[in-house]
Amino acid sequence: MILDILTVILLLVGALFFLAGTLGLLRFPDVYTRLHALTKADNVGLGLIVIALMLQADSWFVVGKLLFIWILILLAGSGVAHLVANTAQKRGIKPWKK
Amino acid sequence: MEEINVLLLFDVVLGLTLVWLAWQTLSSLDLFRAIVLFIAFGLLMALAWVRLDAPDVALAEATIGAGLTGALLLSALAQLSASQKNETKPSLFIRLTLGVLLFFLVIALAYTVLSLPTKAVGLSVEVAKNIELSGVSNPVTAVLLNYRSYDTLLELGVLLLALLGVWSLGGVSTNKSSFPKSSFVNPVLDLVTRLLVPIFILFSGYLLWVGAFAPGGAFQAGAVLAAAGVLVFLSDWYLPSKYSGFALRLVLVIGLVWFVSMGFSFVLLDNAFLEYPPEFAGGLILLIEAAATLSIGISLAALFLGREPATKSDSNIDIDTGVNK
Repeated sequence: MILDILTVILLLVGALFFLAGTLGLLRFPDVYTRLHALTKADNVGLGLIVIALMLQADSWFVVGKLLFIWILILLAGSGVAHLVANTAQKRGIKPWKK
Repeated sequence: MEEINVLLLFDVVLGLTLVWLAWQTLSSLDLFRAIVLFIAFGLLMALAWVRLDAPDVALAEATIGAGLTGALLLSALAQLSASQKNETKPSLFIRLTLGVLLFFLVIALAYTVLSLPTKAVGLSVEVAKNIELSGVSNPVTAVLLNYRSYDTLLELGVLLLALLGVWSLGGVSTNKSSFPKSSFVNPVLDLVTRLLVPIFILFSGYLLWVGAFAPGGAFQAGAVLAAAGVLVFLSDWYLPSKYSGFALRLVLVIGLVWFVSMGFSFVLLDNAFLEYPPEFAGGLILLIEAAATLSIGISLAALFLGREPATKSDSNIDIDTGVNK
């Protein structure tokens, strides 16, 4: 019961991060701030959802698989975010200033 | 009941999004935008296959349909020169003609779908009944590699033909993009590649092995292998020229050659072509799939490269600098 409640809370907070990340991606002014918003959804949002699913997993094998998925996405996500920002900077896109 | 309604809502939203994405992809005049939309379409399509309880197709759609085809399209776009990009709308006549033809196609498709029997059993009962004879317990693999292995064999042939076509049109790569590794390669990309490529190869082996009794198999494993290849090319590593001659060609054809020779090997024992005795079938299927995985993976990666890699015998081209001597 406590596990279920915890799962629901983690899922909701995770979904909130995804929502905020998506909003940021749509509404932020330039590529750097959009990347910033996106990585929050990928890293923290997905992490929370993975933890929530781990609590419901039947076996440690599934827990390991879920953890592995998160680590892989962290690795790929941060790498890609760096590449996008790096390319943008090389093309002379200036960071947004108010 | 409540749960069913929520899932139905999800399916409806998913279906509508797919149609909308398809429309956006086709109507976009900016090719880069169209490709990105196409990749998004592929990922949602994979989700739709999961909803239809077809995880094998979902895996293939995500790896090949969205992932590799997307990478192939992007690499093709990069090779188009600015003048070749047609970003103007076609004439009204062409648009009207296409519209009328498509209208009839939609009518025909709708008629076909509506005239299908509402409850079709299909061949799934037959497949389930004979699964013991196939040597594997995953019905999809049983169909692809045993009952209907002709299809899979011909698919391997088509892939090889596609690569030959690309090589004929694309010319010989001079490895120009592959300058000796130095400060040109982004260190983060380099690190990510070093970490991910071994994992991709391991995962490809896992998909190949697990295909016998769960979703997976040669095409999915091959696509993951090819993804490792794409990552390697993006990081400016390249195949040393001593391997890009005979060794590369051997790996490209081994899947097809091995498949055909295994298919013929039991003809002598009174079996038909591609018919395996049940006691060997499991092992044979694994061997065939292993060879097919290698060929599929390397073929797809070679397609991404877009040109034939230079070999030692291309002596008029300096391999290291890519300059004509």
